[in-house]
Amino acid sequence: MDDNRAYPWSWWYLLLLAEFIPALWVSFYNSVEPSWVGIPFFYWFQMAFVIASAAVTAVVYFATGRA
Amino acid sequence: MQLNWVALTVFILLFGFITWLGFAAAHWRRGDLNQLHEWGLGGRRFGTLITWFLLGGDIYTAYTFIAVPALAFGTGALAFFAVPYTIIIYPILFIVFPRLWYVSRKHGYVTAADFVRGRFGNRWLALAITITGIVATMPYIALQLVGLQVVIGAMGVTGEGFVGDIPLIIAFIILAAFTYSSGLRAPASIAIVKDLLIYVTAFAAAIVIPIQLGGFGKIFAAIPAEKLLLAVPQGQTTGAYSAYATLALGSALALLLYPHTMTATLSATSGHTVRRNAALLPAYTFVLGLLALLGFFALADGVDKLPEFAEGFRQFKNNFAVPALFLHHFPSWFAGVAFAAIGIGALVPAAIMSIAAANLFTRNIYREFFNAHVTDKQEAQMAKWMSLIVKFGALIFIVFLPLQYAIQLQLLGGIWIIQTLPAVLVGLYTRWLNPWALVIGWAAGTFAGTYMAASVNFAASYPLAIGGWTFPGYIALYTLILNLVIAIVLTPVMNALGVNPEDQTAAADYYA
Repeated sequence: MDDNRAYPWSWWYLLLLAEFIPALWVSFYNSVEPSWVGIPFFYWFQMAFVIASAAVTAVVYFATGRA
Repeated sequence: MQLNWVALTVFILLFGFITWLGFAAAHWRRGDLNQLHEWGLGGRRFGTLITWFLLGGDIYTAYTFIAVPALAFGTGALAFFAVPYTIIIYPILFIVFPRLWYVSRKHGYVTAADFVRGRFGNRWLALAITITGIVATMPYIALQLVGLQVVIGAMGVTGEGFVGDIPLIIAFIILAAFTYSSGLRAPASIAIVKDLLIYVTAFAAAIVIPIQLGGFGKIFAAIPAEKLLLAVPQGQTTGAYSAYATLALGSALALLLYPHTMTATLSATSGHTVRRNAALLPAYTFVLGLLALLGFFALADGVDKLPEFAEGFRQFKNNFAVPALFLHHFPSWFAGVAFAAIGIGALVPAAIMSIAAANLFTRNIYREFFNAHVTDKQEAQMAKWMSLIVKFGALIFIVFLPLQYAIQLQLLGGIWIIQTLPAVLVGLYTRWLNPWALVIGWAAGTFAGTYMAASVNFAASYPLAIGGWTFPGYIALYTLILNLVIAIVLTPVMNALGVNPEDQTAAADYYA
């Protein structure tokens, strides 16, 4: 039975998995303040995190190369 | 409702254009459409951009664009779980799916069940994956029609009984015809038009409507407190917090396992293309967030209290919130563009889903159990017929059965499809689990999930009670844990009984 250990695991993947923490830590962002241009924190934080997560994925993409 | 001629004309023109495009797509990057991987996977030749449109059309469906704002309108903050849900899809897609892509190309796999069959050498496990995939996909197709129904209704095209469904039936015949003739190339080309329309619509709405309503500050001030944020858990419960987080995580895992996601992923030109898309697809998540906000705009604006929309809300309930908002704030021609975006947005995923279900039936039921010596041409022909049958099944569902059934079945579909995770996603990393242990785990998860959903009257969230604490959470995730535990515990038992066939794949097959 093989278990495919040959596949190159990259430590950069931890950065990707770390995205789960702010995305799922609901009690952290369930608040109105600090609001931004009238948008409660709950909404603008999650929208901003969309952009941040895409940036992190792009960083990992370039860092891991053509694996 | 008055017939809105301007919006209807724009809608019909755009619809006519994509109809032509859908048929013309057969000639695009020409391949032999008598082969299943050409008809059903576009020849595995879609580059980064086309894959982006295709997966985008797949994940962010018409139903999503109607139902998420409708949930925001009706329930409030909970609807925003769609944002973290569509954030955490992508790290998983990035890490896991290139492996699936490489092993599938190496062995010519077209479906997830193909992979499971090869990996675990057990046709009954593959059959469980196949049936789950088909059954979970059907109500999903049906719900796409709901999106179409709402926008057709919003343009004032109404009628009693069967007559009222004629526009829907026409749209569906068009969809069925170009899917039959062009295969996956049709939704891939139409997705480009649909997504450009969606982006224009979403950004226009997110800029224009807040200005008309006097700014975000005023909009959010008008939202009642209980809808503005999640309720803070009181006492010995994790309350809305655990419901929100588990819904996001469970939905992400389920979505990746749906057959149509597999189809769009496997049609990419390389595992590398899949990875690049994981970084690019969050652009759609941002748009989905904007559309969710439209639900709050509609709430602040009180569109449901305007007399001209009373009929629409009566007929379509909260699903009418977004169409009403567009009709109220935009000129008719632009409302037509927005409705076309949603209407065409229904056809793209419906086409991909029906192709995915057809691939599953043909490969993993017809070829596996009825005709092992099928020729390539017969295989592709069978899939084309199946795609028609699946779509007409969905149409009959929507025309003749109450909408509530489709919604409940789609909810169950998410719970069912997630039960394929141990075989498919865990299977990509290890062959340690025993196939019969996986079958038993799958059956237990499916049964328990269905039972739990029925016991809470088909809500997504179940109040799990452990030691005096209550953890409300997504049933799919809870039953997945049960499934995994059973599969792990039973693996040594089943191995001892000596039922463990060969693995056809090798470690090197999983990367470039």
